[in-house]
Amino acid sequence: MLEIKNLHVKLEEEEKQILKGVDLTVEDGKVHAIMGPNGSGKSTLSYVLSGRDGYEVTDGSATLDGEDLLEMEPEERAAAGVFLAFQYPVEIPGVGNMTFLRTAVNAQRKARGEDELSAADFLKEVRAKAKSLKIDADMLKRPVNVGFSGGEKKRNEILQMAMLEPKMCILDETDSGLDVDAMKLVAEGVNALRDEGRGFLVITHYQRLLDHIKPDVVHIMADGKIVKTGGPDLALEVENNGYADILAEVN
Amino acid sequence: MALPEVKQTATEARLANLVMPDAGCTRAAREDALARVLEMGLPGRRDEYWKYTRPDTLVAPEAPRAALFDPDEAMLFADLDRLKIVFVDGVFSPEQSDDLTLEGVTIDRIEDICFKDIHWAKELYGVLEARGQSPVQRPLAALNTAFAADGIAIHVSGKPSKPISFIYRHASETSDAMLHHIIRVESGAEVTILENGPAASRFNKCMEIDIADGGVLHHVRAQGRDHERRAATHMFTRLGQESVYKSFTLTVNGVLTRNEQVVELTGDDAVAHVAGACVGDGDFHHDDTVFITHDAVNCESRQVFKKVLRNGATGVFQGKILVKEGAQKTDGYQISQSLLLDDDSQFLAKPELEIYADDVACSHGSTSGAIDETALFYLRSRGVPTKEATNMLTLAFLAEAVDEIEDDALSQAIVDRLEGWMSRHS
Ligand SMILES: Nc1ncnc2c1ncn2[C@@H]1O[C@H](COP(=O)(O)OP(=O)(O)OP(=O)(O)O)[C@@H](O)[C@H]1O
Ligand SMILES: [Mg+2]
Repeated sequence: MLEIKNLHVKLEEEEKQILKGVDLTVEDGKVHAIMGPNGSGKSTLSYVLSGRDGYEVTDGSATLDGEDLLEMEPEERAAAGVFLAFQYPVEIPGVGNMTFLRTAVNAQRKARGEDELSAADFLKEVRAKAKSLKIDADMLKRPVNVGFSGGEKKRNEILQMAMLEPKMCILDETDSGLDVDAMKLVAEGVNALRDEGRGFLVITHYQRLLDHIKPDVVHIMADGKIVKTGGPDLALEVENNGYADILAEVN
Repeated sequence: MALPEVKQTATEARLANLVMPDAGCTRAAREDALARVLEMGLPGRRDEYWKYTRPDTLVAPEAPRAALFDPDEAMLFADLDRLKIVFVDGVFSPEQSDDLTLEGVTIDRIEDICFKDIHWAKELYGVLEARGQSPVQRPLAALNTAFAADGIAIHVSGKPSKPISFIYRHASETSDAMLHHIIRVESGAEVTILENGPAASRFNKCMEIDIADGGVLHHVRAQGRDHERRAATHMFTRLGQESVYKSFTLTVNGVLTRNEQVVELTGDDAVAHVAGACVGDGDFHHDDTVFITHDAVNCESRQVFKKVLRNGATGVFQGKILVKEGAQKTDGYQISQSLLLDDDSQFLAKPELEIYADDVACSHGSTSGAIDETALFYLRSRGVPTKEATNMLTLAFLAEAVDEIEDDALSQAIVDRLEGWMSRHS
């Protein structure tokens, strides 16, 4: 279970408060969606949860199954089960996708005191999972995300997620840049991972994705806070009417 | 023109300690080379070409003492099938070397051919070095031609089944070695030359390579890990039509290294790639100086140099592409980059293009930067620990240079060395 309480975050380098008291609990087995206007702090929340530099937590807490995430290094959070599918996946020239995946999988296993996956088992697993996401062998061999199309990058994120089997999956606009078919593939990939023990936090601007990945709870974030929480209908309301009504109502 | 007094004195002091070998057929070449040294003088601190690298210790009459070092890892290329030619402190060791017969090549000690009348050797010894003295002077190479006491002559007429591997052992703390090798690759022949080892406390090595039309030479070198060793090396390569020269150098440690590559593309459609990866920690100064002359049509040259520097290490790159009049359709590429793992290290680069033909595509770029923080976070967010992630990115940075090695076993051997360095130095 991911529990975020009264989380306040400012930029490290400047006096700019971005998150202004976020409260959010994602229970195991549930899918929570976050929507909200551009610049409201959704990506910042995802970065702070995964441990990116440049942010300072000024108040509040974030725990996964009771463990304080904010005290951990990014790699420790990953080993504890946090996974962020990036809004903008990073290109890494010179590092093969396959090598990267294998290093990541084995590093996490090692951190958890488990045996490393043998080369053969790894290969078998990665091939099967890549196939279901329509990621071809060539993409696996190429350097991480280099020369991938926008949609390919997003599918590659989901492949990493499938290989790492995290406890808490955070998806930051994984639907943006995807064509209709790719969106279905990605949604299937996500749905295949839905499990009693696993929580999802899905950041999106569009109802469309939520047609495929049915959320249990929908939150609206505005100006660094969760301003409204509801069921799947809330996403429909946003789709139809935008944020104006909701924001007016809160103010 | 008289030399400046400091230079004159330094040159005389150095020459006073040297004796020209009793040299048979190379005698004339050696005397010419000595005349060049006297005319140019040895490199001094004020020379433009030595602006970033202090030549003092390379020129001094005595080699600075260099402690012997036990690298505590298997010799590079140890499990590779190759013909081994071993030198200890710059002296050929028949006991440690393999039998020098191999189909497709003739291998002789320079000392031995000097007294035979082998014409190709006479036409090569000192010849490319002399050509390479213009437009930039390289006095240490001329010094080498004049005084090198040992070296190997390789005549390649076929495609030998295995690489020829020079192994340079360092056995004395005060050794001062000069080696001069010459290689002639005949038309359509192909050979791979390997070099590794620290060689001596101070090592001056010169290699002249003449590749006839359609010949191919691959060169992979790793300069030994002895921390205190110093080296000044020159490779002079002349390429005929449709010939190929691919050279890669790995440098790990060594207090001072200056590697000069002088390449002349004289036949149409020739290809020359020179690449280097160096990793330095602390008291480490590494200089790649490259001069590529395009003097034929439709030739390709690539220079790919990558340096990883930390704890005050210094990297230097001086690279030039000269495209002569008439060398149309030249494709020249040059990149030199450094990855600075801290603020104390520095990279000094002087890329140059000089072009006298109008239909050419030449590009050059030089950058210096730190580890990409965004990439580092991405890797860590997937669970890769910081140190491992940094090493992955470091190897990735070096990859473009290492990828210049065509043979997979050789490039894997180099990657293993780099990984070893990273595990020791991070
Ligand atoms: N490193 C940074 N430097 C400066 N401003 C930043 C930084 N990180 C975030 N911000 C600012 O914080 C605010 C929240 O950004 P964030 O990326 O979290 O928004 P978002 O809700 O994900 O927006 P979008 O829907 O456009 O992706 C924005 O105003 C953004 O400009
Ligand atoms: Mg965002």
